[in-house]
Amino acid sequence: MRVRVLAFARLRELLGSGTRDLELAEGANVEQVWALLAGGAPALAAFRASTRFARNGALVDAAARVHDGDEIALMPPVGGG
Amino acid sequence: MRAEGERMIGLSAEPLEVDALARAVRTDAHGAVVTFLGTTRETSPDDPRPVAALEYEAYPLVAIPAMEAIAREAEERFGPLGIAMVHRTGAVALGEPSVCIVVAAPHRGPAFDACRFAIDALKSRVAIWKKERYRDGNGAWVENTEIGH
Repeated sequence: MRVRVLAFARLRELLGSGTRDLELAEGANVEQVWALLAGGAPALAAFRASTRFARNGALVDAAARVHDGDEIALMPPVGGG
Repeated sequence: MRAEGERMIGLSAEPLEVDALARAVRTDAHGAVVTFLGTTRETSPDDPRPVAALEYEAYPLVAIPAMEAIAREAEERFGPLGIAMVHRTGAVALGEPSVCIVVAAPHRGPAFDACRFAIDALKSRVAIWKKERYRDGNGAWVENTEIGH
């Protein structure tokens, strides 16, 4: 299955791109999405604990399952205002 | 005229039109209008270099519902309000507003309280990110607190 990953701010810069399409095995969860990306960008590891995840716009835990066509967002601590 | 005025919630890549937002949310049931503007400040809390601009990015799919929830919570806490909450995206030059919150209420107490509540909530939990761009051309991300907290 295929999911689209959006990364913001510092995480976008560390990944070198704000949007990635990933191929994953059926049954994968958000943590596996993170692991796949962190495998190619080791600098991400330091930011795992502060990163929040959204699936199709709703905040989810890293244990949440992902499905074909999902949009998964990686969000660092916010800085609006 | 109802005290539940208009709601204007959004993200804008263009300069904020503060007067238009205030006109849009006030009705004749409102005796108080409080406007908060967050503006680009030259001094950073974390870095000695002078700030030339702030650069904002947002995730609208998460940010807009969160801003709408804040407006609803403000009404639950402080009574019927007109409320505008608009945040800039992209580069915001020194002195320019990056966020505008306007609250119109029957009286000044709830107008001040709801405006303070709305900006504090926005800073703590809306999916918007900020980079300080210094006059020397370098930049650094500035974080408020973790989303959802």
